[in-house]
Amino acid sequence: MAKKLDKVDVVTVGVGWMGGIVAAELTKAGYKVVGLDKGKEKDIKDYLHTHDEVRYPVRGEGYEKLTNETYTVRNTLEEDARPIRDKSTAVIGEGIGGGGSHWGAQTHRYYPYDFEIRSKTIEKYGEEKIPENMTLQDWGITYDELEPYYDKFEKMAGISGEPDPNYPERSDDYPTPPLKKNRQMLLFEEAVKKMGYNPFVIPAGTLSEQYTNPDGETLNACQYCGFCGSNYCEYGAKADPVMTVIPTAQKTGNFELRTHARVIRVLHENGKAAGVLYEDTRTEQEFEQPADLVVLTSYVFNNVRLLLLSEIGKPYNPEDGTGVIGKNFTDHHGVTSSHGLFDNEKFNNYISTGAYGMAITDYTGDLLDHHDLDFLHGGQIEARITGNAPVANNIVPEGTPQWGKEFKEKSLFYANRFLMIFSQKATLPYREHYLDLDPTYTDANGDPLIRITWDYSDNDKAIHEFIQEKHIEILEEMGATHILAYPMPEHFSGGLAFQHNSGGVIMGEDPETSAVNSYLQTWDIDNLFVCGASAFPHFSCTNPTTTAAALTYRATEGMIEFLKNGGQLVEAKSQKNQV
Amino acid sequence: MTENKDANQKNESDNQEEVDLSKRQFIKTAGMTTGGIVGGILLGSFISKPFKTEKYEPASEDSHHHGSGSHNTFTEAMQFFTRSEDLLTLAAATEIIFPEDENGPGAIALGAPYYIDKQLASPWGKNTDDYRKRPFLAGESPLNRGDTMLTGLRKLNEVSQSKHNDIFDNLEEDAQIEILQSFEAGEIEMNLVSSAGFFALLRQLILEGCYADPLYGGNKDMEGWRMREFPGAYMSYVDTVEAKEFVKKEPMSLSDHM
Ligand SMILES: Cc1cc2nc3c(=O)[nH]c(=O)nc-3n(C[C@H](O)[C@H](O)[C@H](O)COP(=O)(O)OP(=O)(O)OC[C@H]3O[C@@H](n4cnc5c(N)ncnc54)[C@H](O)[C@@H]3O)c2cc1C
Ligand code: SF4
Repeated sequence: MAKKLDKVDVVTVGVGWMGGIVAAELTKAGYKVVGLDKGKEKDIKDYLHTHDEVRYPVRGEGYEKLTNETYTVRNTLEEDARPIRDKSTAVIGEGIGGGGSHWGAQTHRYYPYDFEIRSKTIEKYGEEKIPENMTLQDWGITYDELEPYYDKFEKMAGISGEPDPNYPERSDDYPTPPLKKNRQMLLFEEAVKKMGYNPFVIPAGTLSEQYTNPDGETLNACQYCGFCGSNYCEYGAKADPVMTVIPTAQKTGNFELRTHARVIRVLHENGKAAGVLYEDTRTEQEFEQPADLVVLTSYVFNNVRLLLLSEIGKPYNPEDGTGVIGKNFTDHHGVTSSHGLFDNEKFNNYISTGAYGMAITDYTGDLLDHHDLDFLHGGQIEARITGNAPVANNIVPEGTPQWGKEFKEKSLFYANRFLMIFSQKATLPYREHYLDLDPTYTDANGDPLIRITWDYSDNDKAIHEFIQEKHIEILEEMGATHILAYPMPEHFSGGLAFQHNSGGVIMGEDPETSAVNSYLQTWDIDNLFVCGASAFPHFSCTNPTTTAAALTYRATEGMIEFLKNGGQLVEAKSQKNQV
Repeated sequence: MTENKDANQKNESDNQEEVDLSKRQFIKTAGMTTGGIVGGILLGSFISKPFKTEKYEPASEDSHHHGSGSHNTFTEAMQFFTRSEDLLTLAAATEIIFPEDENGPGAIALGAPYYIDKQLASPWGKNTDDYRKRPFLAGESPLNRGDTMLTGLRKLNEVSQSKHNDIFDNLEEDAQIEILQSFEAGEIEMNLVSSAGFFALLRQLILEGCYADPLYGGNKDMEGWRMREFPGAYMSYVDTVEAKEFVKKEPMSLSDHM
């Protein structure tokens, strides 16, 4: 029997970036918030001694344990899905701070084109340009409407950066200056400028200088320590919910954090959410937490799974494209990367941050003309200095064996003589790519796991071919003696590298084609909001968190409005974007 | 490569002969052929250490003052393996995959075999944080990491016996390389796990044993890091980040911060 607890104003499921932002904004507004997280408590005292390659990136300390639950994967509708079993390949944050405690903190905004992608594509190229099974949708919001919330996130997190010359629409500068340029970045900058591109230092939540945010939280200056993405920052120099929004919420006295609290269902009746049902993972005791407002902030997979398990919203059907929960799922790990080896150079490769480097956006969005190209959108090109942690970085020229004498010799020689060119590409949605409940595999309680049906598309492959040619040109210009241009894997394996997934509870203007409105409020239940990248109708080129956080900041204004006056915040429009 | 070689490494490579010898010696004292069998048990395996790892003397006092600095080997015994022949096969394979050469020590001198034994004895070796629910589909192995390694190492010996009438450890280097290549290519039939799957795990564990923080028992005296001029666990590089030239730093381990 579940024990029924006293009602609170707001309950959040998960306390990572999104849960932390909701907790900070609503507690500051005077509401009582309970944050439930299935993982453990964490603060900066836990961050000492994270300069450990095996414990953090290799074994995945801080990633979700799969002992009791995981997700399953198949590439097509016809296949049986298999569970992802190995914890270190399912890179999803767990516990207070979620993925935000061990992220790389690369913080680009999305492009104006993204938010109106369908309209703008049709406007310029005609509807025929969009493949029949590509479920491209506008987001129900414009860049200009979201801009103030990007700014709010950047100021909370202290982001260090400089404007991207290709995308000037900023209302204010980044709160802290860009990170220092090292030798590799200068080489890249010189080469790409010569080639006519517009490079800029990658914006990052690894702070170039000490900074106190508008909530009074102080972050320190980054030490370029080389153990960053996948590790915690013991300096408190990385923007992290544990260092920012969570203490902000705690200071108000209105926030109660409960760890080891795994939410099993959203409780609802007569079109209203009543609260959530959760279990203490140590005792298996079940609790019912009633609330006026329920907010799902448990990352894409859990957000979708909880809605499906709780029978909220119409599950998406890939056969006829009806329904919404699970729709437009994308995976964004199919990166294009190339290494340049430099026989006559030696770099301080051991010095890096989580998102260290320079980027160019000349091939993103609609900055390039797609009339004669066989893809839509594009990819960003980055020179990335990711450190040379020695278990993971043994880069040798093509044709070298992967072990033995020659391997040892060459991997030592090149340990400080490589540089990576890296592209994250836009990943567009397709009718047959979605999330649902697995028919075979269950969690420890017997509830079905979430199942991914997804594979690389022709659009992904075409961008890869296009962008890799540019990598090679750049590396040649930089003077690389060997160029390793890695092919894309044939199929999606289900392994994640940096928690870049989206969709499943997408935003839009029309309840027939979207699950939430532009305030991330569900169309079906007024007092249920679903925050995070689950709201993205497609994945743009770059990392998700800045955009997910901006949408969540905007959503918190909607939540406050809802708690005051109730009702749907946006009037539904029907049949505009439908595919 | 030689242009990077510093004085330490030069000195170290003079010790190569000695390390080789110590490995051979072990094979003599504990190998199948020489140990006396009492009541079905190999006596040699009780009284001798499978192989020596402390032979790789850092060249100068200076070069390891940041490291553990200690040469005690109390932590070098078996936590996971039960048969010393399994550890012996493993040691031979690690040295082929990451051999000693003029750049510095190989996997044995770096302590990789004992590192691997410890990892397999840990919860990770038993896949405790992994999803293990049945059914396992075609292509998935139901074995945990420890069992995968045991199965693979014993198969290495089996293949060696059938091809060359001797255990893996006693084979010539070329024959050992050839056998490992056939495992890597997935050409060896194995029960419940693919030979390629075993090989991938073996290779990964060896790299870890050579390059993990020494706190786990491998990368002895940080010699793995020193070979590739990786400084290990430094707390800050603010002062070096903008340097135009390569800056070599004496490595530090996590134990330096305790
Ligand atoms: C190695 C790595 C590098 C990354 N680098 C970048 C980067 O450079 N830039 C970028 O933008 N993004 C990056 N990301 C992604 C980023 O971390 C995520 O986008 C972000 O953390 C998502 O925030 P969230 O709040 O939606 O989810 P999370 O941070 O995942 O938080 C969700 C929380 O919900 C909890 N939870 C889940 N299910 C339940 C349940 N049933 N009951 C209770 N609690 C539950 C989890 O324990 C977790 O704490 C990276 C991620 C990783 C892992
Ligand atoms: S690189 Fe900077 S932000 Fe990242 S962990 Fe090190 S000191 Fe912290």
